[in-house]
Amino acid sequence: MAEPMKIRAQMKGDSADIRVLMSHPMDTGQVKDAKTGQTIPAHFIQQVIVSVGGKVVVEGQIGTAVSRNPVFGFKVKGVRAGDKVVVSWTDNKGDKRSDEAAIV
Amino acid sequence: MEIRKASLICTLICTQLSLAAAAWADDPRAKAISMIKADFSAQGSAGVDRLEQDGLQAVCTRSGNKPPPAIARRLEQDQQAGIRYPADGKFLGDWRSGEKIAQSGSGYTWTDPPGVPAGGNCYNCHRLAPQELSFGSLGPALTGYGKTFGNTTEVQKYVYGKIYNAKASHLCSIMPRFGHVGALNEQQIKDLVALLLDPASPVNQ
Amino acid sequence: MKRTVLFCAAIILAAIALATSSTAGAKDAATAEFEKFRDVLEEDNPAELFEMKGEELWKTKRGPKQVSLEQCDLGLGPGVVRGAYVAMPRYFADVGRVMDAERRIVHCMVSLQGFKPEEIARQPFSNASQTPEQTALVTYVAGQSRNMKFAIPMNQPGMRETYEIGKAVAAYRAGPYDFSCSSCHGDDGKRIRMQELANISSPEGAAKSVQGWPGYRMTGGVMLTLQWRMNDCFRQQRFPAPNYLSDTITALITYLSANAEGSLYKGPGIKR
Repeated sequence: MAEPMKIRAQMKGDSADIRVLMSHPMDTGQVKDAKTGQTIPAHFIQQVIVSVGGKVVVEGQIGTAVSRNPVFGFKVKGVRAGDKVVVSWTDNKGDKRSDEAAIV
Repeated sequence: MEIRKASLICTLICTQLSLAAAAWADDPRAKAISMIKADFSAQGSAGVDRLEQDGLQAVCTRSGNKPPPAIARRLEQDQQAGIRYPADGKFLGDWRSGEKIAQSGSGYTWTDPPGVPAGGNCYNCHRLAPQELSFGSLGPALTGYGKTFGNTTEVQKYVYGKIYNAKASHLCSIMPRFGHVGALNEQQIKDLVALLLDPASPVNQ
Repeated sequence: MKRTVLFCAAIILAAIALATSSTAGAKDAATAEFEKFRDVLEEDNPAELFEMKGEELWKTKRGPKQVSLEQCDLGLGPGVVRGAYVAMPRYFADVGRVMDAERRIVHCMVSLQGFKPEEIARQPFSNASQTPEQTALVTYVAGQSRNMKFAIPMNQPGMRETYEIGKAVAAYRAGPYDFSCSSCHGDDGKRIRMQELANISSPEGAAKSVQGWPGYRMTGGVMLTLQWRMNDCFRQQRFPAPNYLSDTITALITYLSANAEGSLYKGPGIKR
């Protein structure tokens, strides 16, 4: 059910510029449906893990302050073109998604 | 009675224009009109009756908002005749309420909940109180209006009429006819007159 | 491998409190700030997620007939997507009429895949919980014309007439406020509140009006098409609602796109 991420990873000088677009509603649990008046239950990404070449380089907790379809950017040193970037997230309902791309 | 007479004149002119238009059945405007009439549906408070042009709208559309002066004058008189000035002869309301009305842009869209009064939409197009920095530029800036033109009964009556029906003085003005269509009532228009003219109003500080 | 991480989480909040209250001078400053912000976001426009989704939808066998859209003819031949968006609206001989991009894509969903038009029309535009498939498809198709110039084939049958009708639609004054499209979009350098208004009768203004659509709207985080933009303009014009994919909207889009002739289309955009 989770849609794929869009990952771009590019060497810029001695570090890699990694940008990730995630497809997620990021519902805060504080918004009411305009039509039904019912509160839309909270549904948001809680954990993000980024690994490059098999090593975890980012492990982050995020919450409801992050917008729908969030964008993340990282700079990682000590990596090379061709290294595999794997990004995965887990949300508060237990949904998971993992996508990968190679550094160019 | 006078209104009826004026409307009759309008009807006559418009009939002539319609006849002229009928001869041009092939022109893009005629096709656009029949297309529009086929392609819209009522939603919320916005019914398809709104697609029908009144005489003024038709004349302005057909003439590219530049009607022949003679027609413009007659139709402006017609609009002027329809203005209902306050029976008590007083034009100045409360500028504080006026400011609230000026701020509100709601009303008449298909998403506006029924029963909510329409706003004046003033700041959408005009600069008014200098502390409101989010203002549009479709209409002239009105900051300092009362300071410039004074607060005489004559000016008050002019402003009241302008808000009631801007088309009485400029037939194809882009400003809505707030009183004419019933978007704003007498008290609301008085409050807006006060916003523009009351020496205590922020517009005149 | 060193684990030096610069965690510059560019967390983009949808609700950007772009201060609606700034001065007239600072208004331009606010606009400039927003422009900068938009430039940053354009590099990582969430619209790309919808392009990806749309590409997948385009290539997947779907609908009652279980076929993909790869035989859909957007005017440059069956399956040719590249450059098609900037060459629509155009005349389609198979249906004998002018269609804009969204209308043609939906036409393909109906004629090739067997979807029911009334079902597609049930939710024509995105809301917070649902993005219609055709919106993602339009975004994909539009992305395939990124950095190409608008080149509307005006010499095709019916195009000139459709353009003239669109021009007349834009001038049609009606409704409780006597508004036409041109009441707000007929002059240079005008604003409603802080919102700048494009003059659709000029080449530059028309280019602005079609540029950035389909667009990802940060307020609410939804993907919206040019069809939606036209629909919402009529709402603000205090008109009743235009039917989805109607001739009137196609004519208007033809008018705008042809006026934007020759301007560079930067691809799906981002809107506040």
